[in-house]
Amino acid sequence: MNSAIPTIADFYRVLPELLWCGFGLLAMFLQPFVRNRHFFTALAFIGALAGMAGSFLSFRNPGAGFYGLIQADAFSFFFHLLVGTVAVLVVLAAGPYLDRERLPVAEFYALLLFATAGMGVLASAQELLTAFIGLEMSSISSYILAGYRRDALKSGESAMKYFLLGSFATAFFLYGIALVYGATGTTRLDMMVDADPLGTLLKLGLSMILIGLGFKVAAAPFQIWTPDVYEGAPTPVTALFSAGPKAAAFALLLRIFATVPAATHFWFWAFWILAVLTMFAGNLGALVQTNIKRLLAYSSIAHAGYILVAFAAVTSMAKGGRSEAAVAYAAVLFYLLSYALVKLGAFTIVSQLGGAGEKNLSLDDYAGLSQRQPVVAAMLSIYLLSLLGLPVTAGFFGKFYIFKAAVNSHLLWLAVLMAINSIIGAYYYLRVIVLMYMREPSAESAAAAPVGFPLTVSVVLAVTAIGTILFGLMPNPVINFILQPTLFGH
Amino acid sequence: MVPTNYYIILSAILFGIGVFAFVFKRNIITIFMSIELMLNAVNLAFVAFSQAWGKLDGQVFVLFVIVVAAAEAAVGLGIIILIARNRQTLNVERVDLMKL
Repeated sequence: MNSAIPTIADFYRVLPELLWCGFGLLAMFLQPFVRNRHFFTALAFIGALAGMAGSFLSFRNPGAGFYGLIQADAFSFFFHLLVGTVAVLVVLAAGPYLDRERLPVAEFYALLLFATAGMGVLASAQELLTAFIGLEMSSISSYILAGYRRDALKSGESAMKYFLLGSFATAFFLYGIALVYGATGTTRLDMMVDADPLGTLLKLGLSMILIGLGFKVAAAPFQIWTPDVYEGAPTPVTALFSAGPKAAAFALLLRIFATVPAATHFWFWAFWILAVLTMFAGNLGALVQTNIKRLLAYSSIAHAGYILVAFAAVTSMAKGGRSEAAVAYAAVLFYLLSYALVKLGAFTIVSQLGGAGEKNLSLDDYAGLSQRQPVVAAMLSIYLLSLLGLPVTAGFFGKFYIFKAAVNSHLLWLAVLMAINSIIGAYYYLRVIVLMYMREPSAESAAAAPVGFPLTVSVVLAVTAIGTILFGLMPNPVINFILQPTLFGH
Repeated sequence: MVPTNYYIILSAILFGIGVFAFVFKRNIITIFMSIELMLNAVNLAFVAFSQAWGKLDGQVFVLFVIVVAAAEAAVGLGIIILIARNRQTLNVERVDLMKL
């Protein structure tokens, strides 16, 4: 521990991030020399997969790396696989999109891989300094990606809003870290175990960290940026935003809980209120939307609310020891997995149907879709039903475990409010399905040729749809993996 | 020696001014500067606490914050130039294609 020379095992523990960054840099270096666009798609695809493969090596070398800066364990392994999958699928979905919009490819993939590496760092951060670096790696790349269609006014607007509010949130997060440092004398999470939970400075610091991360996961009342940023960003990037950074920020929150007992005592009511506000803000906002991207954006706020219900359960159960809270941890992780798959699939369809310049994003463009493109309509229905939480989809078990966690920790009111919100949510998800299956298409869209789905995009849809059904039929392997006692390595 | 409390109060005031300016200013550059002010308030707090604890890690953190703030500034100014070029305005209230 005291020697200043990192061991080989230390490097294994950050191998996924090294590979993602390496391939990102490679794409940037090769950009002036290679004209072939498919080459970069292949390179990014291999890079994203290589990072996932690297996470197996990091999992085989569990423990704290670089003197406690990062922690390689089952938890970080789970999130590395999750963000890696997200990156792979976004690469596949983005290829045809970038061709259609005539955007440069190499930089896009480089930024995507950097953002993925940042999320990986965030998931394995054991020290608030590493967490900050990971958060900024993923955020700064995301700001650029949001404005990637730079000739489109909306894309620039999206980038600006994301940048300003994102940096604002980062400042809060940092001030929180500074106060926690002042209270405990360390920024290492595993050294804060004995922190006095009643210290004013610590409470203040933790609440500012919560505000900062609340922005990143789009929890109400910090969610105002979400619909605008999601609507304006290029759709494959929106898919990334809704799946990746959110999961990584939740991962950091979970790790703070798992390692700092002082945090759990303090945050219960904060999460209770955040969860209720977020669920209602998302679901009520979604009711009136006419743009499919905005609708999905509000739905993603609502889903952040459901996940926060599980967080409230974590905080209330943590008093009974970690083994009790394990059920709630499992609920969060499984929910993030099922939700990421579904959102990726749904946004990929939206991206493809949007057409050149993302023109067809209104809900009316989906009227009668089942007549024009029956397979696509069926796929989109699977995703929407999973978001709704119907059995035989992964979304059902996601909601079920959260309900179970809430009821187990006697949060009956929260469970009731969540049920009410699921019913509100049913209205707008089913509205889209009704539009697709029971309305006649407008004369204009009926005359248009069906939108083609290139092979890579079809692969994304197949993987996400099969994953959704598979985890909906047998969630046990995943749940058992998450429930292992050494999830956090100690 | 100046007590640590004074530094922390000063940093809280700076942070507060930053938040205030972020909320009430309309020019994107000014808003961006207010974020920088907030980050520097953070730096001051880190250095003060680092001194109080007699440990160096707070100062190391400051170096990271400075580097990341520079990276953020590079991207942020790029985005601001994009907005200025596309719309010929730097007033955030005019950047309102998307509304609730």
